[in-house]
Amino acid sequence: MAVQVHPNEIVPSFGRRVVDSVHRFFDGDVFHSFRSSPVAMIAFAVTMLLFFLAAFAPWIAPHNTDDVSTLNLMNARLPPFGVTDDFGTEGVADFLLGTDDQGRDILSAIMFGLLVSLEVGFASVILAAVVGTVLGLISGYVGGKLDSVIMRIADVQLTFPAILIALLIDGIVAGLLPRALHEELKIYVLVLAIAASQWVNFARTVRGSTLVEKGKEYVQAAKVIGVHPALIMIRHVLPNVTGPVLVIGTLSLALAVLTEATLSFLGVGLPVTRPSLGTLIRIGQQYIFSGEWWMTIYPSLALVILVLAVNLLGDWLRDALNPKLR
Amino acid sequence: MADAARATQVTGLDNAAPHLRVRDLAKYFDVSPPFITRALQGSGRSTLRAVDGIDFQIETGKTFSLVGESGCGKSTVARLVVGLYTPTKGQVEFDGVDIAGLTTRRAMEPVRRRMQMIFQDPYASLNPRWRVADIVAEPIRTHGLIDDNRAVLRRVGELLEQVRLSPQDGEKFPHEFSGGQRQRISIARALASNPEFLVCDEPTSALDVSVQAQILNLMKDLQRELGLTYLFISHDLAVVYHISDYVGVMYLGRLVEWAPAEEVFHNPQHPYTRMLLDAIPDLEMSGRPRQAVAGEVPSPIHPPSGCHFHPRCPLANDRCRAEVPKALPRTGGQVACHAVEENRLPARVQP
Repeated sequence: MAVQVHPNEIVPSFGRRVVDSVHRFFDGDVFHSFRSSPVAMIAFAVTMLLFFLAAFAPWIAPHNTDDVSTLNLMNARLPPFGVTDDFGTEGVADFLLGTDDQGRDILSAIMFGLLVSLEVGFASVILAAVVGTVLGLISGYVGGKLDSVIMRIADVQLTFPAILIALLIDGIVAGLLPRALHEELKIYVLVLAIAASQWVNFARTVRGSTLVEKGKEYVQAAKVIGVHPALIMIRHVLPNVTGPVLVIGTLSLALAVLTEATLSFLGVGLPVTRPSLGTLIRIGQQYIFSGEWWMTIYPSLALVILVLAVNLLGDWLRDALNPKLR
Repeated sequence: MADAARATQVTGLDNAAPHLRVRDLAKYFDVSPPFITRALQGSGRSTLRAVDGIDFQIETGKTFSLVGESGCGKSTVARLVVGLYTPTKGQVEFDGVDIAGLTTRRAMEPVRRRMQMIFQDPYASLNPRWRVADIVAEPIRTHGLIDDNRAVLRRVGELLEQVRLSPQDGEKFPHEFSGGQRQRISIARALASNPEFLVCDEPTSALDVSVQAQILNLMKDLQRELGLTYLFISHDLAVVYHISDYVGVMYLGRLVEWAPAEEVFHNPQHPYTRMLLDAIPDLEMSGRPRQAVAGEVPSPIHPPSGCHFHPRCPLANDRCRAEVPKALPRTGGQVACHAVEENRLPARVQP
């Protein structure tokens, strides 16, 4: 059935809009800035590689370190391939980066650990971004007493380091729940603790940007039209403050992974049954003085590369989205 | 003949029910330093009287312009009229209903549809993340004027044609347009809800002179076609002369003189109005030195006593320094000046 098209009609085609948007992106300043920054491209490639290794770990890892039944203590503390340790044991190709005290393949453990670290990182950053953006928007747009209350809570929040919050929440959960359930809930405790220490950054930045956008005439125009304040916040202000949120989100991801590693290293993080990079480093560092350096060096290296790549990406994004630096 | 038309305009003023009547409108801003600073320095609160008791009225289909130097409160009046600010005191009567008293969004809704605003900066008044069609359609969708989306877009196309843009421009983003084109989009958005009354806050001051004329002519055409009433804010007397039926001259939050445009421009009464008009450059006066506007606008936080204009006024006497002048009738309007009341006004040299 032919649709009658009025000569004046703007034909709204969803497909065309999508194609148009993609076209705009590749024509845009951000993509151009990306193409002219080797650091950004390398950081992006490394980040994507690590994401890929983590996401497909169950299929591409040489050993399934999640399955305890496959472990063999005979393979414990083997050095990396091509290395002979102090006791004359030679590394084998099957365990490329050596094994830990349980006979776990380090390479596979890193891939699974990366997945756990990134899961915690992403979950906490998304939680912090959502909470921080919502509170920042309301704080900046509504202003007045509500603004003061939210910002004072943020100030108080800043005085508590993530480790303290994690210990606190962990202690409460441990006291209230049975031990088995507690172990299971540990990942959520961790996400909550890291998010609690990070939402302030989002809230403050979004509040600042909101104050700027609020004074602009397009927001006043929406008010004169009679748009509901909630809709003005969501449809007008929010799209114009996403740039800084994206930058902080990227930088926070690196920080969240690092915080998780710190907490796991200290023993308040994830249990040994589901090791993250931090847990692997903690297990490995017990053997570093007996010469079995590979157990801690390789996971540490993976952590450093991940954090560095994500940080560089965040730095580039911050510059690319800042019109004053262009 | 022009005089006769003006006479009916002037006499018709008191009989016709005004579309908009502003009575004793005032807006004070609290500009006090924070509490702790006040306590330490022993200073009290300070208020900025941006608008300090002004009265005027606009008839249906006419253009009333407010002029004055920067900081005299013109834009604050515009924002008070559309309800972006709540007045400290006074009334804004729109078709006999006091809209300054409507505090809730729901109560304002019927007025919102009928009264729209065009903003000064066409680069800031359009959301950069929205397509033009969505920007122009926002009033229609907000008030639920048209349900069917295709009909909404058809109406948007008509509106864009009405402001001499192409309906296909709706698919573009604001940054793809020039300042003048953006102001046309802004006008299209203001017209989308079929308003009767438009508040225009310096709509041409951010534009090139050549583009200014296009926008002004467009606004005049639209006024004729749609029977719109304008409250026009500007500091540009040439623009005001071009578009206005009535002109009000503001100085430091007060309306010092208002009258039909011809009267204000050819028979100005208030010394401040005369000062502003003498500052306009003119082709015929080439060679003759131009009378510049003397002095600066004093701070509205500590305005001068009596008549605010007395420090800059050549006719000021002791009464002007002590007593606030009352608005007195003048040909077709009102003027607030002791010198006019006391007949001390010298005859004006016509440039």
